[in-house]
This record gives sequence, structure tokens and C-alpha cells, in this order.
Amino acid sequence: MADSLPPPALEVTGLRKTFGDFTAVDDVALTIAPGGSLAVVGESGSGKTTTARMIAGLEKPTAGTIRLNGRGRPGVNARTSERREFAREVQMVFQDPYASLDRHQKIGDCIAEVLTLHTDLRGPARAARTAELLEQVGLDERHAASLPRALSGGQRQRVAIARALAVQPRLLVLDEAVAALDVSVQAQILTLLQHIREQTSVAYLFITHDLGIVRHICDEIAVMRHGRVVESGAADTVLTDPQHPYTRKLLDSVPVPGWKPSRVLATADTVPSVPGTEASKGDAGNRP
Amino acid sequence: MSSYQIASLGRGLIRSSRLRSFVRGHGVLAAAGAVVAVVVLASVCAPLIAPYDPNAVDVMAVSQGRSAAHWLGTDDTGRDILSRLLYGARLSLLAPAAVVLIAGVLSSALAVSAAWLGGWWDRTVSALLDVVFGFPGLVLAVVAAAVFGAGLTVAVVALSVAYLPYIGRVVRNAALRECQLPYVSALRMLGMSGWRICLRHVVPNLLPIALVQVTMSFGYALLDVAAFSFIGLGTQPPTAEWGLMVANGTSGILAGRPEQSLYAGVAIVVFVIACNLIGNGLSTRLQGETR
Amino acid sequence: MNRPQPLLAIDELHVTLPFKGQPRTVIQRVDLTVPAGSAVGLVGESGSGKSMTARAVLRLLPGGARTGGKILFDGADVTTMSPAALRKLRIHDVAMIFQDPRAHINPVRTIGDFLTEALVTTRGVRPRAAEATVTALLREVGIADAARRLRQRPSELSGGLLQRVMIAAALAAEPRLLLADEPTTALDVTTQAEVMAIIDEARAERGLAMLFITHDLALAAAVCDRIAVMYAGSVVEELPADRLHDGARHPYTRALLASRPAPGSGGSLRAIPGRPLPAYETGPGCAFGTRCSQAQEVCGAERPLPRSGGGGTTACHFPVDPLVPQATTGAGDRSTTHG
Repeated sequence: MADSLPPPALEVTGLRKTFGDFTAVDDVALTIAPGGSLAVVGESGSGKTTTARMIAGLEKPTAGTIRLNGRGRPGVNARTSERREFAREVQMVFQDPYASLDRHQKIGDCIAEVLTLHTDLRGPARAARTAELLEQVGLDERHAASLPRALSGGQRQRVAIARALAVQPRLLVLDEAVAALDVSVQAQILTLLQHIREQTSVAYLFITHDLGIVRHICDEIAVMRHGRVVESGAADTVLTDPQHPYTRKLLDSVPVPGWKPSRVLATADTVPSVPGTEASKGDAGNRP
Repeated sequence: MSSYQIASLGRGLIRSSRLRSFVRGHGVLAAAGAVVAVVVLASVCAPLIAPYDPNAVDVMAVSQGRSAAHWLGTDDTGRDILSRLLYGARLSLLAPAAVVLIAGVLSSALAVSAAWLGGWWDRTVSALLDVVFGFPGLVLAVVAAAVFGAGLTVAVVALSVAYLPYIGRVVRNAALRECQLPYVSALRMLGMSGWRICLRHVVPNLLPIALVQVTMSFGYALLDVAAFSFIGLGTQPPTAEWGLMVANGTSGILAGRPEQSLYAGVAIVVFVIACNLIGNGLSTRLQGETR
Repeated sequence: MNRPQPLLAIDELHVTLPFKGQPRTVIQRVDLTVPAGSAVGLVGESGSGKSMTARAVLRLLPGGARTGGKILFDGADVTTMSPAALRKLRIHDVAMIFQDPRAHINPVRTIGDFLTEALVTTRGVRPRAAEATVTALLREVGIADAARRLRQRPSELSGGLLQRVMIAAALAAEPRLLLADEPTTALDVTTQAEVMAIIDEARAERGLAMLFITHDLALAAAVCDRIAVMYAGSVVEELPADRLHDGARHPYTRALLASRPAPGSGGSLRAIPGRPLPAYETGPGCAFGTRCSQAQEVCGAERPLPRSGGGGTTACHFPVDPLVPQATTGAGDRSTTHG
């Protein structure tokens, strides 16, 4: 690779996270090109969310490096100025739209506060930029004047996206960002995310358990299981010609026309149909 | 006082339809609020409405029963009990108000900083609150009085410390939950300082919870302050104060003249109940107001 | 028609719940039949009233609810049933499986207690016999080491295992109808496939009917015989499950399918504008009218009634003819449902 090429938006190598004896993330390597889009797919306990949180700087890696746009990620306890500077590298949209916004802050103020923190815009210029950002996610001044509780889940998720985009990040981490939404609203948010990527050249790291939506938003897929990446590649290839048995099992589990649920699905590295003693793993818990 | 009367009282003050619907939906809360409002108003307007100087001794009218001249009678030095109740409300309410406000602000600051910073500071604050929780407020105040001398100021400071855990523990739990919410993570990622996140975002969201605790604690603080005065370590005679009035009246009880103790006692009980009802009502409304 | 009487027949069900002292419509109109032994999927988004419908079948509605219309179980109207008959219905005839099994099992008691309790107390089975029964049931739902599981507590089991326990509990009552309210929504997709397979097998073996409540059209189509799609408190379309992908006639059903094309299908994503409405927010016209790309003037003024056609019923003024290729609507996306 020539030196003149821009550094990848995200480059993760040897990432590892242990909680006591439990290894949540084990030797994970991921790369996202500038403006690229990678889906990390996995079930509960696969370590996908922990990976995302480490990349976002909300969790401290046990080992490994995270480089965003060629720069090392400052730690969890970084100084405010460092965090503020790094905010332009990566932002995140969370799963629960009902807890992603300060419930006592009007939507417009929420965006304006970020602009005050990160830009020189004040007064009418800031108001104009706020309106522009809200418009970009399909909201108007009526929404700007309201509190989060007046908004539906999908609208709140739009606000969370606008707030993240306000700092013009190079990478946006979307942690199950549509999982809590109604099916018809999921499609809206996914379409919105498609448009935003075309317009802004932001890169996406899309964390999801839902294979049904990844193709609409991502070019590449990494399938995680038990803390490891078991298969990765171009989205179309992985979805139509999966190599790893676990990927195949995942795909076979998605209901499609003609699908019948089967008790024992083909899988090489067996977890028998009676998984073991672990408590409260194995449920994704993604819906309210 | 019926809800309807309260509604007609307030009609001039607030848009009556709104108040009426509030009263209909929250009868108890409205009644308790009316009691508190009336008592506070009366204590503020005491110079205007009290028929006598609260400390004016009238040797000609000692220990009298109810009469047209003295609606609630007079005490053993001939002072008008109604006037002393009205004036006494000032200190009786102000002192516990100071207690819960000081305790509320201080404990909330401790609680939020503990939840935000975590680690050794959180452990220290939690341990501190647990230790203080072990001391009854009155015992702490008596000890303080023994060291620093009797007086209302000492009582207020000591009780403020004693009330820290009652507010602090609840606020800390709420703050821990609040700091775990994704919006706080989002603000951190945006590079906002901890100060700003706490003061502008976390604290306003905890305010209702802290307010409920403060209201609930107010009733108990009033009781404690009154009890402290009752045992002679708080407000000193001849100042009018409800707890002190109950104490002054005790000698009269045996003589068959329980009025002074009774009226002051009733004032304390009614006000404490009203505070608790408001606290309960607020906390119910808070739970109802989900997100 | 001389069709046999269906096991469950819901006829013009209407439900209001009190909100700030005023009745609020949560179910506008539900007509639904579940023949004995067959599975009907009740599909809808949040606020559509699908769970409320399931609760109405067992009269488990919140306090103050008012019900109109009829719910006939084996010919007896649930809405006017005596308390004794209702108890019999809940214990013997209908069993329910919920989305969150953890919330429906007492956390401090063992799985064995939970499973045997109903058998022992309400059916008078001897404890020893009850344990044998539930052990066999646990095997059937794919829990091999049943003896050990019976002594464990809910916190020691994963969500998938706990849902199997719930299924075993439901089967233990030997019901005739299974009400499954989003039973796999909280589970991983691979676990979902297994749990659905277990329900399928158990049903086939017993000739058990099922009302399957879900937000997932594709899943419902895969495991049910017929599909009823709910929107804003009304069933807007009812049709055979195998006709769903090709034969849906209601614009909402079609739009819902288009907003979730299958993973490998190549179908493009098409969003429905707006958000799903609860029944009490809808106007006098078609509830879906404000979001519908084919809405005309009459749709805003007049509520369409269910009309049969194409093997099902559709409540739409302008049902789509599935045989005619759709004209492009919106941003030029073809309304491909799947490939």
C-alpha cells in the first residue's frame, strides 16, 4: 500500500477484552476504509457490543490497538480536551432511543450545545446549522422546539444521529441502532443512513444481530462468535456464499419464504441444540 | 376543607379550569398543598394578622381558655396562644427548611460526584453516608449541643449532617443509574467535560427525585427541631416556636389546661402529615411520568 | 357454509381502556378465527393491538377495560363467561407463552416447583407422577438433563432454555389453544429457529391450535397456516400464509414486506413514511391512509370494511391486485417483495 493513501477510518488489531476469567473479545482485527461500511454481526455474548464500546472509547481494551484515521485512541480516562479533539474521529448511536437523549433538553438545544462545544458558530449561524442538521435527518423546527418525550422512537433515533453528525465524525458506530424500532420505522432509518453516507463520506461500523438488514447498509461483514471474528468479507459474498458453518447456521435461521424452523441446524463446531449452563446468555434482549 | 372550597379559593390565582382538573385528579395532594400554603402565608403575614404581640405578657389574663379576646386562650404568662402559634410558625418552619436545604444540596453534590467519579471517592462517600445513617438526628444534635452549647444554629447544623444520608443515598442510587444511560456516554464521546455533563444534564434529571426526598425529610426535620426545642436545647425562651410551646404547655396539662401543648402539637402534626402527603404525591407522579 | 365451528372465533372485537378518565380505543375491530389444530399468525407493529387481542381471549385485560363484540371459544363467549368457566378456560383450554419468560417465573422457586405446581394443585396429579410428566415434557422440548434442570432456579438458565421451560409448562396443561405472544422476540436468531421448531413439533403431535402474535411477518408466514395483519387496532388483511409474499392485497401488508426484504433476495429496501399509529390516534377514515402511497380522497373520510377476495379478506378501498405488476411509486423503487 502506498504511503500517499489516506489511513483507514478504523484499524483494529489484536483487540482483546477480559472480564475476570471471561474473555468477551479475543484477538479481533477489523479495518474500515474511509467512507466504508462494515457490519459486525453476532448473537448475544459474541462480544460485538464490547468491541464497539472499546472502539468508541467507553471501555478499556485489555490488549490490542485501535487506530482511528491513523491516530491512536485516547483512553477511557482521557482529559476533556483530548476527548473533545477526538470526538471528530468517532461518534456513536446507541440502541435504546428512549435513553439516548437527555429527557429535559429540547431537541434543538441538544444539537446547539454540541455545535457550541465544537464550532465557532453562535447566534443565528448556529441556529441555521442546527436546522440544517435536523433537516438532514428528516426533522423540522417543530421537533426542535419539543422535548424527547414528544417524539417517537424513530424520531429520537434521528436526533441521536443528527447529534453525532454535528461534529462531522469520520466514523459512526451504530450499536443495534434500529433494533428497538418498529419494522416500518427500521427501514426509514436504514434508508436515512444510506443517504447520509452518500452525502457525507462518513464511515459506518454497524453492530447488529440482524442479518436481514446488513446488506442494505454495509459493504462488508464480519461475523463474530464467542469473542472472535469467524468470517469476514464483502457483504454479498458472505450472505450468498458463506464459508464458515456458523455463518451458514445464522443465515439458515433467518425466516424467508419457504423457510421451516428446524431443531438441529447444520453446524460443524457444535453447540448442541441444548446449549449449556450459562445464565442469561443466548437471549439478545433487543426489544423493549 | 373540601376540594371544592380549595378550588374556589384558588380561582382568582390560577386559571380555575386547570386548578379544578388538578384538584379533581389529585385531591389529597391539593389539600396538603393548601395546608402548607395557608400555614406559610400565615407565618409570613403574622404581624398583620396576629391579634397580639407574641411576647406581650398580660398578667391580668393568665392561663385563660378560649374567648372572643383570645381565640385560642392564653398561656401561663398571659401571652396570646394564637399570636404565638402564628409567629412561632416562622422559626418552626424556617429551621427545618434550612436543615433539608443544606442537607439536600450537600448530599446531592456528594452523591452525584460519587456516582460520576466512582472508585475510592464513591466508596468514601457511601461509607460516610452509612456511618451518619447509624446516628439518629436527635442524638447527633444533643452531642453537638453538648460540645458547642445549646441553640438553634447548632441544632440546624447538626441535623443537616444527620439528614445527609436520607437524601444522599436515594440520590446516589438514582445518579448511578443516570450515569449509566447512553446519553451520558454520548455526551462524553462528544468531549463534554464531566462538570458540564453533571451540572447541565445529570443534576436536572435528578432534581425531581431529590425534591421528593427533601419534601419527605422536611416533615421529619420539623419534628426533630421541635423535639430539640422541647428538651430545651434548641430555641430558647421567650422566642415563640412550636416545639418550645409544647414544652411550655406541659405543666398546664396536669393542671387541666392542655391548650398550649395541644394547639402547638396539632400544628406540628398537621404540618408534618401535609409534608409527607405532598412527598408521597410527588413521588407517585414522578413514577407515573415515565420518560 | 357448513364449515365446522372453529375453536376460537373473534367477532368484531372492540376494546377501550380508560385513560385519564376517558375511554380510549385500543382495538378498533378484530375479526379472527382459529380452527382447531391450525396456527394463525397475528402480525403487527407496536400499538397495533395484537397483544391486547391475545389478552382479551383470556380476559386478561387491564382494569377498566371495556370489551365489545364476541370472543367464542368452542362456542362459549369469553366476554360473558362466568368466573368458574373462565377459570376452567385458563387452566385447561388455553395456555400462554410470553415474550419474557423471566418475568413470568417466580425467581426464587425451582423449575421443578414451577412446572409441577399447576399439575398438582389444579389437576390433582400426585407429585411423583407430575414430576415424571414434566420430565418427559422437558425432554420433548429439547432439555435432555431434565432431572438437573428441575432442581435449578430460573436465574441459572439462559433465556432460550427458560422459554423451553415455559413451553413445557404450557404443554403440561394439555390445552387446545396456545397463545404465543412474541415468544422468540427476545431470543437470538438461531435459538429462535430451535424454539419455533419445538413449538411446531409439539403442535403437530397434539393437534394443538395456536394464535401466534409477532411483529415478524416472515416468521409468522413460515410457522402459521393463516396470517392476520393488524394496524392501529384493526385487522386490515387476513390471508393464507403461503399467499402472503405473492398474494397480499392490502397496501400496508405489501409495504411491511417491502421494508424487510429477505437477506439474500436482492430486493431493495422501501420505507413506509410516518410511524405506526395506535387506534385512538386514527381519524374517521382508513387508519393507514396517512401513510399509504395509494390513498385517495375516500380513504381519509370513510373507514374501509373487511371484504373477502383472493382467498382472504382485506379492509381497503383500493386493494392491490397482486397479479398486476405495480406501477412505480415514490422514488422509483420497484415494489419487489422477494426474489
